[in-house]
Amino acid sequence: MPTEILMPALSPTMTEGKLARWMVSEGDTVASGDVLAEIETDKATMEVEAVDEGTIGRILIDGDTDNVAVNTPIALLLEEGEEASALDGYSASAGVSTPVTDAPAEAATISQVVIESTGDAYDASGEIPAGTEMVKTSVREALRDAMAEEMRSDDRVFVMGEEVAEYQGAYKVTQGLLDEFGNRRVIDTPITEHGFAGIGVGAAFHGLRPIVEFMTFNFAMQAIDQIVNSAAKTRYMSGGQMESPIVFRGPNGAASRVGAQHSQCYASWYAHVPGLIVVAPHTAADAKGLLKSAIRNPNPVVFLENEMLYGQTFDVPVMDDFTVPLGKAKVARKGDDVTIVSFGMGMRYSLEAAEKLAEEGINAEVIDLRTIRPLDMDTALASVRKTNRCVTVEEGWPQHGIGAELGTQIMEKAFDYLDAPVTRVTGKDVPMPYAANLEKLALPNVQDVIDAVKSVTYRS
Amino acid sequence: MARKASTTRRKTTKVDKDQIKKYYRDMLLIRRFEEKAGQIYGMGLIGGFCHLYIGQEAVVVGMQSTISATDAVITSYRDHGHMLACGMEAKGVMAELTGREGGYSKGKGGSMHMFSKEKNFYGGHGIVGACVPLGTGLAFSQKYKNTGDVTLCYMGDGTVNQGQVYESFNMAELWSLPVVYVIENNEYAMGTSVKRASAQTELFRRGESFNVPGEQVDGMDVFAVAEAGRKAVEWAKSGKGPYILEMKTYRYRGHSMSDPAKYRSKEEVNKKRAESDPIERVREKLLNEKVYTEDQLKEIDRDVKAIVAEAVQFAQDSPEPHPDELYTDIVI
Repeated sequence: MPTEILMPALSPTMTEGKLARWMVSEGDTVASGDVLAEIETDKATMEVEAVDEGTIGRILIDGDTDNVAVNTPIALLLEEGEEASALDGYSASAGVSTPVTDAPAEAATISQVVIESTGDAYDASGEIPAGTEMVKTSVREALRDAMAEEMRSDDRVFVMGEEVAEYQGAYKVTQGLLDEFGNRRVIDTPITEHGFAGIGVGAAFHGLRPIVEFMTFNFAMQAIDQIVNSAAKTRYMSGGQMESPIVFRGPNGAASRVGAQHSQCYASWYAHVPGLIVVAPHTAADAKGLLKSAIRNPNPVVFLENEMLYGQTFDVPVMDDFTVPLGKAKVARKGDDVTIVSFGMGMRYSLEAAEKLAEEGINAEVIDLRTIRPLDMDTALASVRKTNRCVTVEEGWPQHGIGAELGTQIMEKAFDYLDAPVTRVTGKDVPMPYAANLEKLALPNVQDVIDAVKSVTYRS
Repeated sequence: MARKASTTRRKTTKVDKDQIKKYYRDMLLIRRFEEKAGQIYGMGLIGGFCHLYIGQEAVVVGMQSTISATDAVITSYRDHGHMLACGMEAKGVMAELTGREGGYSKGKGGSMHMFSKEKNFYGGHGIVGACVPLGTGLAFSQKYKNTGDVTLCYMGDGTVNQGQVYESFNMAELWSLPVVYVIENNEYAMGTSVKRASAQTELFRRGESFNVPGEQVDGMDVFAVAEAGRKAVEWAKSGKGPYILEMKTYRYRGHSMSDPAKYRSKEEVNKKRAESDPIERVREKLLNEKVYTEDQLKEIDRDVKAIVAEAVQFAQDSPEPHPDELYTDIVI
């Protein structure tokens, strides 16, 4: 059987081309790599090389032929020892069938994303058993305690970043860790975000459990390629073979008077990416419980903290191993008249607004998302079905923000329950200004939340 | 620190005959595999990007001969040769190229994204430069765990102008990480020659300001590659930190399948092939030193062809991934 030499496609989109000229004649001996012919497309002239060795038995399509379809036999090759008589009776086969790419009928039965929806609201009251002793702790200390506990129980866990060791943390979140764990596990890096984020991901590929601290998430933009392309996508691209169990953590969003480049909320940036888990706690207890869960999680976790919350104290349970599940929101305040959904720093405005609204007889239910991806819509929707109204609160920009996503999903899944449009309270659509008065105008505040609630409850 | 050395190998180096046979077979497998991949790309069985390694075989085959099974390997997107040289099966690699369930990534990765935990091959990375911090991180972990292993971190002459490469060189030297950076200088980053892209064209010197030693090697000579590789691996494993090897090599094919290669002349390519083909060199040596007869070489050729033919068959017979696979392996 002589081997067919087919018209090749030289790009994914090429369907036909011009067979410009033959560089060999019938009877010529060829070896793999020899140039057989030149073909032309609208873009370029390219060479067709031999893959097998043998003798050109017959040229089926002459040079200077236009519109030769890809996969058409253009010549026949006789292999070593094959007689010319093998060409007798040759008729062009149908060519090579290209694979069927139409999705089969069972596509309709595609399984759900990993985090299954139960349809029920999550009840966070079981996270801390009744009667547990509570101790006032700052968010800063809670985060440090979470890292220290996980480092004590798992030698694979280490923390790296700028000023995390000898300086004791730019915001003192890693205070004391160097003393307890030494410089093998608490590692000062040069100012080189792209590099050390990639080193962290590589170490995670190899089985370690890195905690990469960014001095702020504003600097993580330098490293976002490693976070998204290397950490988030590798499990999928490897068919589940590889994983990157890594935590990227640090302060996110606006601090105070630090200007546009140091005052951005990245919640919606990372929440956009399949393969990442995105966490943004408000309280110290949640910060501790969620960070411990994040360190143990086999997926890459982006853990968004807030500098304005580091010094704030909350009750933290005294427990041997207190964790909070990823992907579950919490009803932070119960109410029947309106649902306020927020996270991180936005919770401060939301809870304060809810107190003031209560004085006016409006009982707001406040939901703390805690995890931004996966988004616990069950808990948010259960509340909206009860109150029929929803206000979202975040410090980030409005366009394509977390509020935009919440509003869309509520519209899709609870449209008939709504008595008013879902309303967003967000940071203003401007780079963060430096001037004190302008910065104040750019950020959301308690009054904005009160106004939004009054608008969806039709009060004035 | 940096040396422009070992472009000529010391004649006294003894290479064991089994090793030469393995070099020949491994390089030939890559050559035949890539030729076949190019051919079935032309038939529409492979989609998207497909970067062939033809011409550069001596680099990966020589380097892989210097490490052991527990050492780690990572590279950029011209990766088929690296996978074969790591001992990954031709069938699984070819089936990934055709996007089938039997591929190393179940058809979800493609040419640039394949991995094998079993063979310590960590990809296959499509963003130029990304594999360098990642490879440095593998070495970080090796040191952290005190395994005594080394990481071979391959990159191209295009990669060396990415900033993260220098961030990695700096930290690797600062922390004495066991990593060998192998720069495969095939003279062209897509269509841009080294001269047009690099202010310092002696790429082995790119670690000088971080005190990382470097050496230039004839990457078309598998023996020279292996000799330099052994030294560099020993350096890294002994705790002295990273080492840079610049492999002067050449790719015969275009950057990817759809590259008309107008940036270089046909004469240039033909001259390289005729004068310094890495496989021909070893073939001559095998015949001259009477390790093999022509007939025995033909038998190896046939064996290699059979492996590739079987891979192509498998890559066509293996089904496309089940639609359910769309939503698996994202987070667990």
